Amino acid sequence: MSSREEMLARIRAATADIGAVPEAPRRYTPAGCGPGEADEALVGRFEERASDYRATVRRCRAAEAAQVIADAVTARGAERIGVPRGFPAEWSALLPGAVPDDPPLDVAALDALDGVVTTCAVAIAETGTIVLDTGPGQGSRAFTLVPDYHLAVVRTGQIVGAVPDAVAALDPARPLTWISGPSATSDIELRRVEGVHGPRTLDIVIVAD
Amino acid sequence: MTFLGMPTAPRGVGQLRQEVPFPVAAARALDDSQLRRNLGHATSTIRAKRAAAVAEVADWQELRAAGAAIKDDVLAHLDRYLLQLEEQVTARGGTVHWAADANEANQIVTGLIRATGQRHVVKVKSMATQEIGLNEALAAAGIEATETDLAELIVQLGHDRPSHILVPAIHRNRNQIRDIFLREMPDAPAGLSDEPAELAAAARAHLRRKFLAAQVAISGANFAIAETGTLAVVESEGNGRMCLTLPRTLITVMGIEKILPAWRDLEVFLQLLPRSSTAERMNPYTSMWAGAVEGQDFHLVLLDNGRTATLADPRGRAALRCIRCSACLNVCPVYERTGGHAYGSVYPGPIGAVLSPQLTGVADNPDLPFASSLCGACFEVCPVAIDIPAMLVHLRSRVVDDKREHHHGPTPEAAAMRGLAWTMSDARRWTWALRAGHAGRLFGRRYGRIRHLPGPLAAWTSSRDLPRPPRQTFRDWWRAERPGEDGA
Repeated sequence: MSSREEMLARIRAATADIGAVPEAPRRYTPAGCGPGEADEALVGRFEERASDYRATVRRCRAAEAAQVIADAVTARGAERIGVPRGFPAEWSALLPGAVPDDPPLDVAALDALDGVVTTCAVAIAETGTIVLDTGPGQGSRAFTLVPDYHLAVVRTGQIVGAVPDAVAALDPARPLTWISGPSATSDIELRRVEGVHGPRTLDIVIVAD
Repeated sequence: MTFLGMPTAPRGVGQLRQEVPFPVAAARALDDSQLRRNLGHATSTIRAKRAAAVAEVADWQELRAAGAAIKDDVLAHLDRYLLQLEEQVTARGGTVHWAADANEANQIVTGLIRATGQRHVVKVKSMATQEIGLNEALAAAGIEATETDLAELIVQLGHDRPSHILVPAIHRNRNQIRDIFLREMPDAPAGLSDEPAELAAAARAHLRRKFLAAQVAISGANFAIAETGTLAVVESEGNGRMCLTLPRTLITVMGIEKILPAWRDLEVFLQLLPRSSTAERMNPYTSMWAGAVEGQDFHLVLLDNGRTATLADPRGRAALRCIRCSACLNVCPVYERTGGHAYGSVYPGPIGAVLSPQLTGVADNPDLPFASSLCGACFEVCPVAIDIPAMLVHLRSRVVDDKREHHHGPTPEAAAMRGLAWTMSDARRWTWALRAGHAGRLFGRRYGRIRHLPGPLAAWTSSRDLPRPPRQTFRDWWRAERPGEDGA
């Protein structure tokens, strides 16, 4: 018997005594505020929660976006900024040293960048999280990992209320990266230190729809 | 009662067993005042933070109930969900392997790495690979594995063993960590201070070249969605993302109980896990992938290693709900004082005391179910509501049953209990026995309490006093108070 058959047989024998299992009670707060439904209070909450985890958050109107993004990058002293395929041209127009990720940059080229700008798939107000799904404007998973600085642009219409709303809005077949602040560790005396292997600096620009 | 035909985790491989009895190891740990200071400091910090993070969630108890019920459904239909997961992962270009025990899992992983021609792999922190002793097996095959989680790196460089599920180097303070880095890390900056931020920066510099050059990575998994084949790794530092993303080949070793039935179930567990483990609303990074993505080769190794033996015990199987958050360690008065090494297994603390003996069989970890005061704090904080105290009591009875089966003649406890049952089953015998207790008044005359009993009874008074028996038994007093009302 293969290990597969052996393990399945063991499981069946081990669970033979279990009768019908009632459906899991889902009395917790369900998904409620999906994409495009965020009001001002929810956008404000996302801003506050993302800032709690040491992301620097700016808010602007669509017409100001290119300037705000360029200013944020300049303020970090970053010059060579990776720009992924599908990143809106009107947002990257004023970037001083844009490096197109087209064709995709290899790891060594990514390592030579000062930072990257991307869009995102969904943002969660409750937890201050952004989620990337490697869709247009987001680059590969390595694109937002290897460089030391990441600026993510979030449209207000992408902000959802809580974790259940994000799960409902995402595609489980795509590679997903959930990001809540810059990389961090609590491994030394359980004290949080920001900045380990992922980007040590995370900027978020919220653009009003 | 044993669970017939269910093999437990094999001996001689991995790290699930006590090398010395818990009381001996605990006594050693208690003598180490530095260790006790480090642990007390770290566990009190995280306890307060967790309480605040959980208090913020109005529907915490409802999430907890859902989490427990979803996991019970997984356990009840584990065969079906594993087959569904296998089908999904395979359909998305991944390869699924089944490992009945630690030895088979180590062989599979070694074979997969050999096939790539690589001699070096990077690793994401994973309890399953610690449990099976994968690093040792790889070393024996001439393959070098680098741990990339900061705490695991501290443990690896310190030639040490992990002592906590979430923070394996919790027993070390910043000073000791600096010393380890300066001694073992050739590229550590000479003037390295003990500031946590500087220590983290040193680890970043040390590991960066290895990440960028790595061709093979090994990870565990926090969740695997049967419905979609999606795997999830929850982390903080970005070492997980580095390992999961950059290498050409990714090998994930996962205990079979890590499954969730549906994608939607993540809405429960991504709320329960971060707040319970690191006390954050959300951990910095969570990576999810389904099958082989972005041109990678992906292998999933499904590990039994005593899990089906655990599943076979109706009163012990709920231990498999565990999502390895480690909240129970941080609140446990025993863990806080002894630390994780005393438990012998990679799974320490309350959850380890119920999980390790089930994975190995109680005969190989007979002390662990007794390493608890049954205070119940672990049950209260458990995000999937595992009734650890009740399970400890159940496992204590399994230990006793096991001893009876494998020892010739009654144990001293069994003989004493049988004698007591004989005495208590007859009123006259009982009255006589109580009066005989007067003899105990020979002891404790000086302090009014008995501080040292003779012979084998000394074990009882080695850590506590015994009250001196009264001059008169309750029954004699009653008879004197109410003459003629004698019920005895």
